[in-house]
Parts: sequence; structure tokens; C-alpha cells
Amino acid sequence: MAEKPRLRVPSEAKKGDIIQIKTLMSHPMETGYRKDETGKPIPREIINSFVCTFNGHEVFRADLEPAISANPYFEFTVKVEDSGTFAFAWVDDNGTVTTAEQSIAVS
Amino acid sequence: MSSLTRRSALLLGAGMSFTLVAVDDGIATPAEANAEIAKFTGGKATEGGKIAIDLPEIAENGNTVPLAIKVDSPMTADDYVSEIRVVGDANPNAGIVRFHLTPMSGRAEAATRIRLGGTGTVTVLAKTSTGKLYAERKVVKVTVGGCGG
Repeated sequence: MAEKPRLRVPSEAKKGDIIQIKTLMSHPMETGYRKDETGKPIPREIINSFVCTFNGHEVFRADLEPAISANPYFEFTVKVEDSGTFAFAWVDDNGTVTTAEQSIAVS
Repeated sequence: MSSLTRRSALLLGAGMSFTLVAVDDGIATPAEANAEIAKFTGGKATEGGKIAIDLPEIAENGNTVPLAIKVDSPMTADDYVSEIRVVGDANPNAGIVRFHLTPMSGRAEAATRIRLGGTGTVTVLAKTSTGKLYAERKVVKVTVGGCGG
């Protein structure tokens, strides 16, 4: 599960452009409603929060519930005015945080 | 076979169907979805025609149903969609996801993939920074549910 999240962020853009970002994180998103072969409930373990910041400012956040599919995928837009760095963070029920970064050159 | 036995059999049948309903209690009812919607709107009226929901009419696999949302908004610092809430009545929990947007979002759009336990209604709500509330719903038929069991 230490797989790296997959990001699609344009490497460059013009000032004022609205760019699209796509992210995919490997995670089973165990709902807590399933049972194993012996009939024991499998405990819930999901990513419950996803945040994207740009140069330290939050631009997009999602609160996830068990109804989000395994390997949570998000697509959203950001209006870029300056060059900078997007930082992404996924937090799961155990408090484990997975992060990723991607910079963009804005001209 | 006496009529009494037949009646018992009927009662047993009725009991069984009742049990089936009881086993189904893991699914959020429209009432639970409505409660989740009311939590978001605070009971205030919502405006229609502002949200475009892209969801398949028939989802063959409820484990991963693509959902894309677009809200009609200028997305300026003074007037932007700050929150989008997705609620369904076919899953154990009515809540599905919540998105927080900012004026930096540029457009009020988001997409993800959701689980749907069965055929039901998905409601998308949006709140603007100016205090407006929008709502739109879509019925999705699910061939194979996505909540395991």
C-alpha cells in the first residue's frame, strides 16, 4: 500500500488559466459493512480526508465517506495566477497521511 | 392439511418477508437521506437548475460509479460555491462525499467515483458564499450493488 499516489497536473500554464487536476490514490476503502469468510465483520478503514493546497492555500478539500470507491479518484479545477507548488494529502482512519507534490510554471 | 395449518403457513410467509425487510435495515432510507439533506440546508428552500449531475442512468457495477458535478457559479471572491454535498438513499450511510471549494477553484466542478448499494436517488446540494442553496437529484439504476455483504 506504500504505492505512490498518481497525479495529473499540467507542468505549465498561462496566468489566469483554469487548470484541471486529477488524482488517484491506492486504497481499499474498506467500508466496515463487509464480512470475511468466517462471518466476522471487517473493520472500516477508509481515507476520510483529501486536501489540495497551492503555495500553502487550500484550494480543494474532500471529506470522504465509505461510499467513495476503492482507490479514491478526484478531479477538480484550480485557477492559477503564479508559479508554485501543489501539495496533496490523503488521511486515513488510522491517521496515516500520504502526501505528494507537483509544481507548475505559470507565465 | 387443515385451514389452520394453511393460515400458519401464511403467517410464516408474512413473518419471513418481515424478516427480509429487517435484514435490509443496513440501507439508508429516503428519510435518512432527507435528514442528511436537512443538515446541509438547515431546512431552508433550495434552488433548482443550477447543478448539472453527470451520473449514468444505469450502473452495471455499483462498486465504482463515475460522478461529475458542475455548478453554475461565477466563482469570484465575492460569490463562489463553497461546499458541495452528495447524499444517497441506497447505501448503509446516506452521506457519500463533501467537497470544499474556494474562489481559487476557478470553476465549481468536481468529479469522483462512488459506490451505490442499489437503485436509488443521488442528491447533490451546493452552498454559495452568498448563502444560496442549490439542489438537484438523479435516479441511478444499479445492476450489481457495491457495498458487499
